[in-house]
Amino acid sequence: MNDLALPHTAETVAAPVAAVPPRRRSLAYLQAAPLTLVFLIFLVVPLVLTGIVSLWEYNEYAIIPALTLQNYADLFDGCLSADLCTTVRTYLSTVKFVVLTLAVTLPLGFAIAYFLAFHIRSGTVRMGLFLLCTIPFWTSNVIRMISWIPLLGRNGLVNDTLRALGLIRQPIEGLLYSDFAVVLAFVHLDTVFMIVPIFNSLARIDRRLIEAARDAGASGAQILWNVVLPLAKPGLAIGNIFVTTLVMGDFVTVGVMGGQQIASVGKVIQVQMAYLQFPAAAANAMVLLAAVLLMILGLTRMIDLRREL
Amino acid sequence: MDLSPSRRTLLKGAGALAAMPVTGFPAVHAAEPVTLRYLGTAVSQSSDIARKVKEDLGITLEYMPVVTDEVTKRAVTQPNSFDLIDTEYFSLKKIIPSGNLAGLDAKRIKLADRITGVFTKGEVNGKRIGDQGTAPRKVFYLEGQNAKTFAAAPTEWLTLIPTTYNADTLGIRPDLIRRPVTSWKDLLDPAFKGKASILNIPSIGIMDAAMVVEASGDYTYGDKGNMTKPEIDRTIKVLIEAKRAGQFRAFWQDFNESVNLMASGETVIQSMWSPAVTKVRAQGVPCVYQPLKEGYRAWAQGFGVPKTLSGRKLDAAYDFINWFLSGWAGAYLNRQGYYSAVLETARENMQPYEWAFWMEGKPAEKDILGPDGTLIEKAGATRDGGSFDQRMGAVACWNAVMDENTYMVRKWNEFIAA
Repeated sequence: MNDLALPHTAETVAAPVAAVPPRRRSLAYLQAAPLTLVFLIFLVVPLVLTGIVSLWEYNEYAIIPALTLQNYADLFDGCLSADLCTTVRTYLSTVKFVVLTLAVTLPLGFAIAYFLAFHIRSGTVRMGLFLLCTIPFWTSNVIRMISWIPLLGRNGLVNDTLRALGLIRQPIEGLLYSDFAVVLAFVHLDTVFMIVPIFNSLARIDRRLIEAARDAGASGAQILWNVVLPLAKPGLAIGNIFVTTLVMGDFVTVGVMGGQQIASVGKVIQVQMAYLQFPAAAANAMVLLAAVLLMILGLTRMIDLRREL
Repeated sequence: MDLSPSRRTLLKGAGALAAMPVTGFPAVHAAEPVTLRYLGTAVSQSSDIARKVKEDLGITLEYMPVVTDEVTKRAVTQPNSFDLIDTEYFSLKKIIPSGNLAGLDAKRIKLADRITGVFTKGEVNGKRIGDQGTAPRKVFYLEGQNAKTFAAAPTEWLTLIPTTYNADTLGIRPDLIRRPVTSWKDLLDPAFKGKASILNIPSIGIMDAAMVVEASGDYTYGDKGNMTKPEIDRTIKVLIEAKRAGQFRAFWQDFNESVNLMASGETVIQSMWSPAVTKVRAQGVPCVYQPLKEGYRAWAQGFGVPKTLSGRKLDAAYDFINWFLSGWAGAYLNRQGYYSAVLETARENMQPYEWAFWMEGKPAEKDILGPDGTLIEKAGATRDGGSFDQRMGAVACWNAVMDENTYMVRKWNEFIAA
């Protein structure tokens, strides 16, 4: 069915490429060159440099070319003992936020995208509502985060209201500077990254498929589960990748909303950079990169993105 | 003490200079404008000072405000990106070995010999003050202009010319605490569970923690500013226990965070900086910069020049530094609650009642206004901690870079992750 809807899959494209004359092939390489160059200069080279520096030695004021695994050893120091080491603890905390954030943004983003794609008939209204979702992005994400603080604080709006209504006597402390606050901010900041790719996938679903399913006697839930969801998989996967990488690399949100009390990998790297421990920070960055790549690899195992697009 | 001949002539010359009023700055810069790129923290980068310098010397200051750690990082990694640096003395232990700063020639600093004894001798009014940590005294002189090591005895090459310094302690909300706070150990008193805070800048936070540990009588450090590995472990362990018990509401990282935590009542006791206390009070919230019996943790910063600076820009840097010490800027800083390097010249630029309030710890005769004209204290108020001699005289330790800095940062990250 997929092949009918989207005939240009990887396999069908691959065959003709082999048949084109060499000149046209070099032209294709030329056309791909600018992007390749951009990736080479701004992605591959910095990554390789980071990898190299992670093997260097350092002191208070200089980094010294060397070939040592000491930075990695420091990173995992004590991890073999019963008490969890800092690195494992930090990653567990970060992964916890990834899971919690996904658990909220995935259903929420899907619901909003579904509503926009299927329930709004007029294209203008749909575009208008879609743009509405992006309004929070007109301000910086730090401001969006900080705006929660007067609301959630010990003497904040929420606590004051609940107290005025007589629902609580003592303020709820856990609203701010807690896991709850961090997840709340992540949901606020990142849901739109879920909405956009899912909406994009849903909008491309051929409506006749849904009509056909209904004609064949499928219920609403069956259509959603057997028709819409499978076709929305690429959007879901991309949204997942966006949110996962955003949360994994974040340290500002965790810092501000967690009252600097909650560890994050990004924060550890930032502290090391501030103290001129570049090789240690680089080693940390390489481990973070590996962790995120593994997670994305796992995700793409479940959904073959190249095929689905 | 064995003073070199050049040092002796310098002192003589400076003595003669001190006798006459310091006026008549070279006006040459007005003819051909010079711009100095000024790297530092926002603490001393005021637009009023920039305006006044432009008026008096014709030098344009181009401020590059960054956080403390970033100043150090730039000095080490991008020494050509600034013409003048305003950095903390403790950072020198990282910057000087990199060889990126040049020693300042004491002969060209007119008031060099009138810089307060806090820097040159580690004394206030002849009394020795706390020397633990990177006390400015230890890193004040260089062996030579391009030396990468500090000199133990005075030389004619200065690392930094002090701009501001102060003594830090805990800030409290007296309206929410309702009992006297007298010791650093009160920071970890279970009575303030969930309402305490410490700053998340490892090198400073660990010093505050060390003050707490020492105050509780558990342990006495050889040097709080230069802990051994077991001492770091011990200090971090205390912090981790307190954190797991829910003692801390949050940690703060910048000035405004500390103001917000205190003003909103999220915390009632925390490490704090003096102008932050002033800012909380300016919002009408009672806040006290509480003097504690164990003393203060002090810091100091000063001007340095990169090795590559030469010619007219170098001349301009010296002119600016001389201007800075000549009084107007010192008075400006004193009115913010900081202290200036040459006290006498600042005094000449302050009203007697201002001097009495800020420096002598006397009750304010009139309303005390900040440099920008906002009301800081009403008539009758006294400064927290009292006079200069009382506050700087009670310094216990200085902000520091430890020999085991790398290990300390690792353990600090462990504390944050706990």
